[in-house]
Amino acid sequence: MSLRSPLGKVLGSGSAKEGADHWWAQRLTAIALVLLGGWFLLALMQIGDFGYEAVRNWIGRPVTSILLLLLSATLAYHSLLGVQVVIEDYVHGPLKIVSLVLSKFAHAAVAATAAFAVLKIAFGIA
Amino acid sequence: MAQFRLPPNSRIRKGRHFAAPEGAGNVRRFVIYRYDPDSGENPRMDTYDVNMDGCGPMVLDVLIKIKNEIDPTLTFRRSCREGICGSCAMNIDGGNTLACTKAADSISGDVSIYPLPHMSVVKDLVPDLTNFYAQYASIRPWLQARTPPPPDRERLQSKEEQELIDEPAACILCACCSTSCPSYWWNSDRYLGPAALLAAYRWLVDSRDEAKGERLDELEDPFRLYRCHTIMNCTNTCPKGLNPARAIAETKKMLLERRH
Repeated sequence: MSLRSPLGKVLGSGSAKEGADHWWAQRLTAIALVLLGGWFLLALMQIGDFGYEAVRNWIGRPVTSILLLLLSATLAYHSLLGVQVVIEDYVHGPLKIVSLVLSKFAHAAVAATAAFAVLKIAFGIA
Repeated sequence: MAQFRLPPNSRIRKGRHFAAPEGAGNVRRFVIYRYDPDSGENPRMDTYDVNMDGCGPMVLDVLIKIKNEIDPTLTFRRSCREGICGSCAMNIDGGNTLACTKAADSISGDVSIYPLPHMSVVKDLVPDLTNFYAQYASIRPWLQARTPPPPDRERLQSKEEQELIDEPAACILCACCSTSCPSYWWNSDRYLGPAALLAAYRWLVDSRDEAKGERLDELEDPFRLYRCHTIMNCTNTCPKGLNPARAIAETKKMLLERRH
């Protein structure tokens, strides 16, 4: 039971002065993903030969490597922003901060793994 | 975590049935949510068969007829009966609207009536709007200016400037929009909701107001403003035909423009 005034509850801890960057980043990464995702699908359709060597050679090309790096980074960042919103919407109580931290770690791990895989092929390190 | 079932004392049970009087010709069935906190009983759905002959055309007319002639315990808010006070906002046939401007004829089959969704219920169709009104108060819904008003007249606006506030100022604070918004259902303790944000926008675009910066500062918050995910239920349900979703989008654009 709380005798705090309704206005006091609404005002709470005040405004976080944050959110515009997050909102803008979600839209920018969405636009980037339309372009990068479009390229990725078109490129896959033109590959023809899906043999190990052919795909490895394709990934190893500088333009492909750079675009794949951009795609995985943008995808991971966009997903991070989106999952953050879902957690903030639906998870309340102490689990919220735990889920937010776990989501950040998981997205960083996925992005790093994808980048490592592309770079390893690009620079031809056995 | 998310709760998927209503608490046991909130689950709705079958209620009483009030049959139409003998010989009633034009009968329609209204199924209405009933809850009396003093009884200690669960909410129930009561069924009223109403003779529409000699009854006004609107759902509010039906509710008043039920209260006067069938069941005086039915509790609801109403005042102006012409869509300007916002008192009789409720969920009719699955949509939030004003009972006084919703024609019974526009609904097919049985008419179900519930209080506004996801609010604490005071009694029957009366929701607790305390938090909703506090959210409206929190956006400082009054003119803030450092320039003193002219000594001999009111503050002037051009016709174009006045037209900017025409639509958002027509909001009657009935709460149909906010209570139709899923984001407001899950986070109404921190998300201001479409009604308060439309009111905030009304002052952001008022040419006489000089606190636009402070107002935007107060709104820029992941929960207060950015819980809006452009679901558009607010605009869809507004019984006054206003567009809170557009006002919120314009507010987000203002926040973006001032940092680029």
